[in-house]
Amino acid sequence: MADLSVKIGDLHLKNPVMTASGTFGYGLEFADFVNLEDIGGIIVKGTTLNPREGNPYPRMAETAQGMLNCVGLQNKGVDYFCEHIYPQIKDIRTNMIVNVSGSSREDYAECAARINELDKIPAIELNISCPNVKQGGMAFGVTTDGAASVVKAVREVYKKTLIVKLSPNVTDVAAIARSVEAEGADAVSLINTLMGMAIDIEKRRPVLSIATGGLSGPAVKPVALRMVWQVAKAVKIPVVGLGGIMNAQDAIEFLLAGASAIEIGTANFIDPAVTVKVAQGINDYLERHGCKSVSEIVGALEV
Amino acid sequence: MKKHILDLTVASAEHLREGYVLLKLTDVNPLPEMLPGQFAELKVEGSEVTFLRRPISINFVDKEKNEVWFLIHEVGDGTRKLGQLKQGDKLNVVLPLGNGFTLPVHVDEKVLLVGGGVGTAPLLYMGKVMSEMGCRPTFLLGGRTAGDLMQLEQFRQYGDVYLTTEDGSEGEKGYVTQHSILTATHFDRISTCGPKPMMMAVARYAKANEIDCEVSLENMMACGVGACLCCVENTNEGHVCVCKEGPVFNIKRLLWQI
Repeated sequence: MADLSVKIGDLHLKNPVMTASGTFGYGLEFADFVNLEDIGGIIVKGTTLNPREGNPYPRMAETAQGMLNCVGLQNKGVDYFCEHIYPQIKDIRTNMIVNVSGSSREDYAECAARINELDKIPAIELNISCPNVKQGGMAFGVTTDGAASVVKAVREVYKKTLIVKLSPNVTDVAAIARSVEAEGADAVSLINTLMGMAIDIEKRRPVLSIATGGLSGPAVKPVALRMVWQVAKAVKIPVVGLGGIMNAQDAIEFLLAGASAIEIGTANFIDPAVTVKVAQGINDYLERHGCKSVSEIVGALEV
Repeated sequence: MKKHILDLTVASAEHLREGYVLLKLTDVNPLPEMLPGQFAELKVEGSEVTFLRRPISINFVDKEKNEVWFLIHEVGDGTRKLGQLKQGDKLNVVLPLGNGFTLPVHVDEKVLLVGGGVGTAPLLYMGKVMSEMGCRPTFLLGGRTAGDLMQLEQFRQYGDVYLTTEDGSEGEKGYVTQHSILTATHFDRISTCGPKPMMMAVARYAKANEIDCEVSLENMMACGVGACLCCVENTNEGHVCVCKEGPVFNIKRLLWQI
């Protein structure tokens, strides 16, 4: 068994596999399929200061090698999370990480401050890249000033590991990454979904209720991989790679490109037990290549 | 109920009619408990355009033969690939998912099970379970034409069967909500599965006649376990996942304009 452990800020992951927010519920939904403690980290559904109903149905469109969604951050708000969900997940012996979103800097900071009080939540992933909400979300994540301002506000009140989730819907993702690094982010994760669209030609209408949505799945993997590679070269903080990872080979590609850890998202819908299979597959690869630890392959790409 | 990921084996694949295949799946181990109205997520192999699993309702569970049945309506490439499976093939399934129909509390409850098209599928297993409880449900099954009505011999084993077709080729001519059984008999509850316009008409009838009524929804879904929040239905408690809190909903919870 190779050493799969990874450090991201103050976070110790037993392996580099995490779950992407919005694809794994609160972990409990998958407890019948995998031993949750075998996953390096579980990033739970996006949480906002106030409850959100999300966008109307239909919210999903299947695409070639992927899917579009426009869920729109449906969640019951941070108070409900703290009172009703946290007690159910706090004793799961892995890193339970909360994805935090908002529509203003003040919302982000207040939500993060509330999560900061929870002993068993060692990190947050700051979502400045949701493409499916009118205010906030991706609006902050597409400019260096916007991204920096949210991270600055949150960093003042959030004392634990701060991961910032970046949008691919930008011209220069490395510049955004540098701007959040400068404001004290402990890590960046990328990519969130790519904005896309699907059309019903019989009705001559968009398939999704708000016309556009975020594309995920294997269709986006080459784009995600390229961006992770660019960002890993641009920043000193760890990079968490995600976007279309379906198996261990995909995950290893991201590690080689410079990601210290990876997140699995849409693949959970196809195989609810994929997370532990990917962790095992990374171990098998390391053993086959005579590596003692996963750190030996992070950024080991030869160009 | 514990959910399972299983590699099942196709015991048989029978073409009931053009575009409809009855898959009977089995396993070397005993299949898990399943409730009528629950569904499974079937993995599609070998399709270039299908990415997600296909949610398909449980048609029947044969405990003696250790089989679970799925009635596949071939509407796209994914379901066509499922329809091409042959005896001995493997099929990866996640089951059981969702809540299921309300089972009667008393044996003398008068339950009407209304199905349309492929939506009749889950009612067969409901009939069997009710029959095992000592109940005798009434089935009211509708289709466009006689060929749409499938598995009738099996339905008749578990209850009284009434039929409608839009062209009059079988049973009474018209829609299920026009059938004479509705005026001839009082029912305590209606459970229905089928095309949404049909279920809305049934719900409208039930509401007008103050009959308890539940419908089985089939909103487009991805994960099947309440994680992705794609398949939501708007209810009097806000958006809820059809895959987890449904697929069966009492019409009192829904915001349908009926």
